Amino acid sequence: MSDPGQGADPEKERRKIKSVQKMKEIMTNYYIEAKGAADTGKKVAWITSGGPVEPLIAMDVIPVYPENHGAMIGASKMGVELCEKAEEMGYPRELCSYARSDIGCSITGGGPIGGLPEPDFLICCNNICGTVMKWYEVASRYYDVPLFILDTPFTHREFPPAAKQYVIDQIYEYIEFLERQCGRKMDYDRMQEVGRLSVEGLRLWQAVLDSGAHKPAPMTAFDAFFHLALIVTLRGTQEAVDYYRQLRDEMQERIEQGIGMVPNEKYRLLWDNLPVWYRTKWLSEKFAAHDACLVGDTYTSAWSGVLPYIDENNFLESMSVAYSQVYINVSLDIMIDTLRRMIDKYDVDGLVMHSNRSCKPYSLGQYDLQRMVMEELKIPTLVLEADMVDERSFSESQIETRIDAFMEILKS
Amino acid sequence: MDTLENLRAVAQDPYGYARNIQATESKPILGYFCSYTPEEIITAAGAIPFRLFGTREDISRADAHLQSYCCSLVRGGLEDALTGRLNFLKGAVFPHTCDSIQRLSDIWRLNAGMALHFDAVLPVKLTTESARNYMIAVLNDFRSELEQGLGVTISDEALYKANHTCNRIRELLGHIYAFRSQNPSQLKGSDIYYIMKAAMVMDREVLVEQLAHLWADLREKGGEAPPTDRKRVLLSGGICTLPDIYTLIEDAGGEVVWDDLCTGTRYFEGEVRETGDPVEAIAERYLSRMVCPAKHKGMSVRGEHLSRLVREQQIGGVIFLFLKFCEPHGFDYPYLKACMDRAGVPTLLLEVEEQLPAEGQLRTRFETFIDMLE
Repeated sequence: MSDPGQGADPEKERRKIKSVQKMKEIMTNYYIEAKGAADTGKKVAWITSGGPVEPLIAMDVIPVYPENHGAMIGASKMGVELCEKAEEMGYPRELCSYARSDIGCSITGGGPIGGLPEPDFLICCNNICGTVMKWYEVASRYYDVPLFILDTPFTHREFPPAAKQYVIDQIYEYIEFLERQCGRKMDYDRMQEVGRLSVEGLRLWQAVLDSGAHKPAPMTAFDAFFHLALIVTLRGTQEAVDYYRQLRDEMQERIEQGIGMVPNEKYRLLWDNLPVWYRTKWLSEKFAAHDACLVGDTYTSAWSGVLPYIDENNFLESMSVAYSQVYINVSLDIMIDTLRRMIDKYDVDGLVMHSNRSCKPYSLGQYDLQRMVMEELKIPTLVLEADMVDERSFSESQIETRIDAFMEILKS
Repeated sequence: MDTLENLRAVAQDPYGYARNIQATESKPILGYFCSYTPEEIITAAGAIPFRLFGTREDISRADAHLQSYCCSLVRGGLEDALTGRLNFLKGAVFPHTCDSIQRLSDIWRLNAGMALHFDAVLPVKLTTESARNYMIAVLNDFRSELEQGLGVTISDEALYKANHTCNRIRELLGHIYAFRSQNPSQLKGSDIYYIMKAAMVMDREVLVEQLAHLWADLREKGGEAPPTDRKRVLLSGGICTLPDIYTLIEDAGGEVVWDDLCTGTRYFEGEVRETGDPVEAIAERYLSRMVCPAKHKGMSVRGEHLSRLVREQQIGGVIFLFLKFCEPHGFDYPYLKACMDRAGVPTLLLEVEEQLPAEGQLRTRFETFIDMLE
């Protein structure tokens, strides 16, 4: 935006993350390739954000993420219009706004990129919610394409051997499904390599996120929301590995040079739940104005959070078990353990929870987690009632008042 | 008291019924929310599966645990647990169900202070061999956990007996539904509601006797009354906790003669095989009966099923009855409505929370709807 030659604030320029440009390039090229798939003869699969993308990469299928699309719709502030389109079709307003806005897009071909490329088939993993299954059933009927469901049982107190066997069985069913759709066999050497790249990418992404533990934090959760896209969409590729290595190095340089993202970082906060996509800038500035920095979040760390379960030598099978253990497919007791670890690691002063109307598995139970955090860890918490894409559920004045009041508590 | 009156009394005060059981018998009572709760195994353990339907009381405690965008069933159930109105329960069973009930299970376990808590995380996908194997394993695990929790042994013999009892209950409920469909003037819609509600909370050993009596009474009475000229209506959705709906529809000139509700036909559909492995047999019924929309059994089963019911039961109109905030039903609505539109069957959508909308408004909506039916 600003021209460094003419009156740009050099201090502000110094704080900007330089890799952003590269990231934009990669994502633009990714969507150009996906939208041009018909010309290159590659298959396109729609897949849920928590789903195992690696077998698709190994089979040269282009993975497309309706949820990433939903995030773009939200960030472009096009959510309300598209959600209303779906509501006109009879989808209740209470449904997930990613689903509603994406369905609205399928019908109108509208949205920030003129709609997603049509799928040849669909891959739905319910480790993030039951909503995606219903959403993908809708897509499967609408596009008249096959749907593969990877059913990952929720962990309340344990993940029993039968559940483990079930998800492992399904990984092979998944591969058979892909072989049928693509008309060729899986190359297991290639799969092994994709698995290795996936793990490497996840480790680098975790290292990027870990940089937030430094004081001052070289990046915030708002930056993580942006840079997350590749670990979701291109996990298992060399491109994602190279990008996150570059980003990690940039974070290390920033740490060495003492560059923090928030100019006078005094209060360190942890964010819970998906972003409020249409208000990331507003929220980021709002907190920064209080010298508060969101140094970590439970959402962007959910992908790398399963690393301890992955065995590189048995990637496929361990992946299916690992992906069943993502942050929102486990009980509140397990979530509080993760929160406790993150609060400790990032050394935060407070917790900000986005109570997201669109995401019941993430949001229901937050009040209990909030209580546990306040009682056990004696850390102030703030709950913001909003929605990730549907701006009609965002009350600026109310949220502003709540943030101000919360910051007053932290400052006192 | 005649049988119907007795069932009605239980349905109108299920908690009173449960407290009475608790005071006079040693049978433990286990609460549940979902038609995929393996009642046979609970019955075989000598316990009573007791379905929870939310609350009619004001919410005072549950709002501290649940946001405004969760359904009234989850909120009301938790409210009754937290306020002690469910103190007669020894515990609760959660067979996964949906995103909201999955979280309710955690909140319940951490806050309700009940002695026992069971999570039987059934598969969501019901179309594959691996899902079948997993379901059987979950049910077997549940059997062991229940044995441990209640300090009992659940023998195969007890399971065979419970499977038989539950089959007989389902069969009788099916007969009673068919009777009502054929002789709507002989058995009121609200009575069907009360019978179903009682069936989901009563001691199944006692229930099976009472339903047998009721069925014998009805058969004796059968065919005496002239057919009505009311329009035949089907209710489709999740749970129905509102007996007034049946009366209001009748007042408006309609007649609920069938349903696709989880507190209706989906509860008694299908039969558990009474030979071979008794747990596998329970799993097979779940895999073959009509699904709840929170489960997956192919892309078109629910639409085909509804279309078939409409044909078989000569339905003039379908009323979709959903709990507000229920995602699985909300997602299926446009598709099911399109199926009905194609079949030329008018539909009405009714989203409800704890209470019905104002009676006057509802009356007008039903009258307008029923007037347009063929």
